[in-house]
Amino acid sequence: MKPRHKRLIFIAGGIGGLAVATTLVLNALNSNIALFFSPSQVLAKEAPVDKAFRLGGLVREGSLQRENDGLTVHFVVTDTAKDIKVTYTGILPDLFREGQGVVTQGRLGDDGGFRATEVLAKHDETYMPPEVADALAKAKTNTAAGEAALPMQAP
Amino acid sequence: MAINWFKYSSPASFYPLAGRMIPWAMAVGVLTGVAGLYVGFFVAPTDYQQGESYRIMFIHVPAAWMSMFTYIVMAVWAVAGLIWNTRLSSMMATALAPTGAMFTFIALWTGALWGKPTWGTYWVWDARLTSELILLFLYIGFIALQASIDDPRRAARAGGLLALVGLVNVPIIYWSVKWWNTLHQGASISFAKAPTMAAEMLLALLLVTLAFWAYTIAVAMMRVRCEILESERQSNWIYETVEGLR
Repeated sequence: MKPRHKRLIFIAGGIGGLAVATTLVLNALNSNIALFFSPSQVLAKEAPVDKAFRLGGLVREGSLQRENDGLTVHFVVTDTAKDIKVTYTGILPDLFREGQGVVTQGRLGDDGGFRATEVLAKHDETYMPPEVADALAKAKTNTAAGEAALPMQAP
Repeated sequence: MAINWFKYSSPASFYPLAGRMIPWAMAVGVLTGVAGLYVGFFVAPTDYQQGESYRIMFIHVPAAWMSMFTYIVMAVWAVAGLIWNTRLSSMMATALAPTGAMFTFIALWTGALWGKPTWGTYWVWDARLTSELILLFLYIGFIALQASIDDPRRAARAGGLLALVGLVNVPIIYWSVKWWNTLHQGASISFAKAPTMAAEMLLALLLVTLAFWAYTIAVAMMRVRCEILESERQSNWIYETVEGLR
């Protein structure tokens, strides 16, 4: 065996070992690397309830309520399976919208509601012109209406 | 016509080839860069969610791609240098590192500027942002390690080993948004599915990416010529080929 073949095998083995080690470490650290907990995880007591943590999910449509001071907001964060009520006083990011993703930091109150000290908006990887977004939304409501209308048309 | 590629593994024959590549790469870089930024800033439509602020993507995404891709190329050269003991391979790795570090910094910086108006924060310690920051430290560590060792062969070996170990970080960056929940959104463009953006946006993104590639080739060739001159300053061919020394 030539020396360069030995080095090749040694380096290939090294990379392989390193990849395995990294995979194991990342698997072990899985819950620490995740940025936030979902409402289901929080309700399953997987989140550190006595400490500050991040709660993430979608803002439930129609759940946003503003108090009269103009700064305090109440909304519901959902992962479509479980919901958690969130209270926050402060300025919301521009992209904060109902139906959009959100990551909030704070603590769980005694009543099971989440007191957020920071709210970050999460946006998705879809980029399109507003006209296209409108057309898509229209098409969606049309098909939804069409489907709802179908049973009535059936004889 | 068969080209003998191994001929160019010798610094003496690669030096003039690298010199011929620089103006072409620069021309391609400038043309595609201007075209890409024009399409990105003036032709591509406004985004339905983010308005105009999404346009920083046309710098951010190509820079982030280049930061990862340059690292892979750098590590491959470094490994080739470790296995075959070819001097030119290690010089290529050394020449790529500063450009890779620059693109990593640009990706982090533009990401912070993009994050403030959209997410509401410049920085968050999520998996994507943190692993990209580690990539910057790997580049800086590679440059510093090579610079701190005087013997060029030992410097190349130590740097090569570091580049190799750091390679595990690249798939972590790329798939971090898939493996863990992060604030950073997933990939809009991937091999697995159709891109989730308008065609003009995609065109601008690809043009700027091409420009960054061409730029990287051009400056890497300039730097590798410098490396060759420094390490071969004792040899005769330099005084026969390089203008100004004849």
